[in-house]
Amino acid sequence: MPTRASFAPYALIAPSVLFLAALFLWPLVQTIWLSIADGEGTSLANYERMAADLNFSLAIRNTFLLTAVVVPIQIALALGMAVMVSKLEKGRDLALWVLTIPLGISDLAAGLAWLSLLQNSGYLNSALYGLGLIPGPTGWLSQETPFTLFLGIALAEVWRATAIVLVILIAGLQLIPKEFAEAAEVFGAKPWTRFRQITLPLLRPSLQSALILRTVLAFEVFAVVYALGGRNFPVLVGEAYTWQNDNQNYGVAAAYAVLIMVISLAATAVYLRLLRVNPEQLP
Amino acid sequence: MADIVVDQVVKEFGSHQALKRVSLTVNDGELVALLGPSGCGKTTLLRIIAGLETQTDGRVLIAGRDVSRLAPRKRGIAMVFQNYAVFPHMTVFENVAFGLRMKKASGADVKRKVERAAALLHIEPYLDRYPGKLSGGQRQRVAVARALAVEPAVLLMDEPLSNLDALLRLEMRTELKAVLREAGTTTIYVTHDQTEAMGLADRIAVMYGGKIDQIGAPLEVYATPATRFVGGFLGSPPMNFIKLRSKEGTVQLGSTSLHAPANGDVELGLRGEDAGLAPEGTGLPFQVRVVEPMGSHILLTGAIEGQLARIVAPPTAQVRPGERLGLTVDPARLTWIDAETGRAIGRG
Amino acid sequence: MTVMVSETAAPVRPRAMALPSARRLLLWTGLAVLIAWVLVPIYFVALGAFGGRMGVFRWPKSIWPSDVSIAPMQQFLAIEGVFNALVNSCIAAGFTVLFSLLLGAPAGYALARYSFRGQNAFRLLVLLTRAFPLAILALPLTVSFIRLGLYDTPFGVSLIHTVLALPFAALVTQSLFMGVPREYEEAAWVFGCTRFQAFVKVVLPLALPGLAAAAIFAFVISWNEVFAASILTVRERTLTAYLLKILSESPLHYRFAGGFILIVPSVLFIFAVRRYLFAVWGIASK
Repeated sequence: MPTRASFAPYALIAPSVLFLAALFLWPLVQTIWLSIADGEGTSLANYERMAADLNFSLAIRNTFLLTAVVVPIQIALALGMAVMVSKLEKGRDLALWVLTIPLGISDLAAGLAWLSLLQNSGYLNSALYGLGLIPGPTGWLSQETPFTLFLGIALAEVWRATAIVLVILIAGLQLIPKEFAEAAEVFGAKPWTRFRQITLPLLRPSLQSALILRTVLAFEVFAVVYALGGRNFPVLVGEAYTWQNDNQNYGVAAAYAVLIMVISLAATAVYLRLLRVNPEQLP
Repeated sequence: MADIVVDQVVKEFGSHQALKRVSLTVNDGELVALLGPSGCGKTTLLRIIAGLETQTDGRVLIAGRDVSRLAPRKRGIAMVFQNYAVFPHMTVFENVAFGLRMKKASGADVKRKVERAAALLHIEPYLDRYPGKLSGGQRQRVAVARALAVEPAVLLMDEPLSNLDALLRLEMRTELKAVLREAGTTTIYVTHDQTEAMGLADRIAVMYGGKIDQIGAPLEVYATPATRFVGGFLGSPPMNFIKLRSKEGTVQLGSTSLHAPANGDVELGLRGEDAGLAPEGTGLPFQVRVVEPMGSHILLTGAIEGQLARIVAPPTAQVRPGERLGLTVDPARLTWIDAETGRAIGRG
Repeated sequence: MTVMVSETAAPVRPRAMALPSARRLLLWTGLAVLIAWVLVPIYFVALGAFGGRMGVFRWPKSIWPSDVSIAPMQQFLAIEGVFNALVNSCIAAGFTVLFSLLLGAPAGYALARYSFRGQNAFRLLVLLTRAFPLAILALPLTVSFIRLGLYDTPFGVSLIHTVLALPFAALVTQSLFMGVPREYEEAAWVFGCTRFQAFVKVVLPLALPGLAAAAIFAFVISWNEVFAASILTVRERTLTAYLLKILSESPLHYRFAGGFILIVPSVLFIFAVRRYLFAVWGIASK
């Protein structure tokens, strides 16, 4: 390492540090301040107002429920995809490309794609009608059908964001030397045992980062929900959006933002603790 | 053409001292090999001379000019790297021309000099190709041609052959020697391979632990090592060291008594090929344990005075494991080493 | 004789081919289902986008394309504001690419080539951004953006999108630059280059394909972002912000047309960078 130009690295990172300070750290502080500012002093008025809102407990419940249902399904589905694809000899690249397409798709577009399937006169209903299960166009995404609305949103979320988990897991799988599984096979381990005893433990760092990323993003769920259910299915970010844009109340919106950040950080901390990766146990 | 003077150079990485006041003079047109095990500081020294690393203390002079604080491009050097560093996105021609282009040489000049360097290294057929299609040996030639094309005052080579397979290495070594002789450039050549250093260099500087243990002509360093390390590092098999006790300037080994230059604990350094086989009872007693016929010679592993020793015997020798032999030695070819300091204290 | 038999019974075939045929059938069926699962919603939104008003209300629907024409898409693009939104999306994404690479690549280079005090603090700052729902930071920025004249401009949107793309760009370029051996640069220095010349002549050409992939990722990140874009714009909306706004009031076939336009570039981009996808995410998820 040349020590001569010791100022060089600082000059190189300075622009991004300044940028992140101005547009990441500063708004972070601002958000917290906005949420507790009250005229001249500080108070928790914004939080009280947030908690008193009718939609608040609904939004909390919906967001958590959605995260709790969607994230485990995504992880399991992505693991299945990864294992299947790794078994392929031919067409591996094509299969991977197709399976990762949703990675590039906006949550809004994903919501709209599923809307085309699930809307009253959509393809799902047409199929059900064809099977003689329903008499005609039926609504699944209204306030009166909260369960199917939830199901639809969960489906669209799983559809959209499994790809990112898949990519992280495949990238992780590529880092695991083949010899481990081969060694296990030589010593008589069956495929399922190999998967559980070799692949999964070595995949832990990837699983950890996939979980963190997905959970943080799941708490941010918003556009999919709006595209499918409008305001019929309140979620935290949606409420923040409404308070900011429709009610023009920046304080309560900021309170929501702080709440979402706290939840995200807490989730990250929990994952880091539960899935602690011991560097000594990695190849 | 230029000479290189390394003047009391110190390099520290944190608390670790990689070079401990190293001084070295390379004469104009001379090829000096820096030889030593990995971690001895030889590559660090070369990189300091190149300007890729900055010394903690001391100076480097090239052609009498203090270049210690100059950027690499201002030192008038060329370098051949361990992994060749042949640019994959340029043709062989552009690679060889790179240094000339940076000097803003005219088009005709570039063409002439590239072609000359290419002819010297026999790479004319590949000039239009990209390095990705070339073998390791061919890339090596490109790297050398690129260095010679700029007609540098000083050529630095960092383990240039270490990535080639054994046969190719031998071939390239011979060719490199001829090419460098013709170019007549002052060269510093870093290697951990003693045969490379012996074969190529005018002088060898053996480095160990951040210091130069000995510098001299290859045969001189080989025959009269200055330290136990040098004797052990050079030669295959390495020099044997037998711990002995000397009384009144004499050491008794079986029926042979040798004159030692000091009293007390000494070590006797004996090259495996410097011993002749004799019947038991004459010379130094030697107990054979393993016999390995190597084709050109037979390698005998056994014990002198209960200490491990390897002896080189002629291919026709009839020796069986377990046999007891005598060894005849020429006192003039023995090296005596101070057991405490590890430094040679005298010969014969 | 037994030797002969065992030899013929163990034909030399690749391992995957040696899977029992029942399991191979299962594998292919599973994959076919998964691929259909991914493609079917895209297919239907495309039908919706090109089926027009009549297509949306047809009952029961056929899964085959009928009455599909380019006209509904043209109508959609002709709606006031749609084309403008499309342009704004492109501007915002373009600036995001520019900023995230101009800021991120030097940082990536510093991380790849130097060891310096504060390195870990910087890495932590970059990683910290991932534990935060970043788009939410658009909320407090509204006020300062209004004051700075950045509110309701694609440029302002691109700034917050750069916060999303920058950490990614820094980590990806770091590994790209680490993939260019240091020796190449040193050789360039020795043969007469300044540090900057060496970077331009040697490092940049070798890192270019990867940089292009990083740029495409930055583009997609910006192109797809809904929340911050919606918060920070009123009239100069990006496409996502525009579609979110009209969700409740526009007819279904317009929504499908918008959704389809959002999807197309993403699919193409993912195809373009598929070679880098796993390398890039392998790095970025460390």
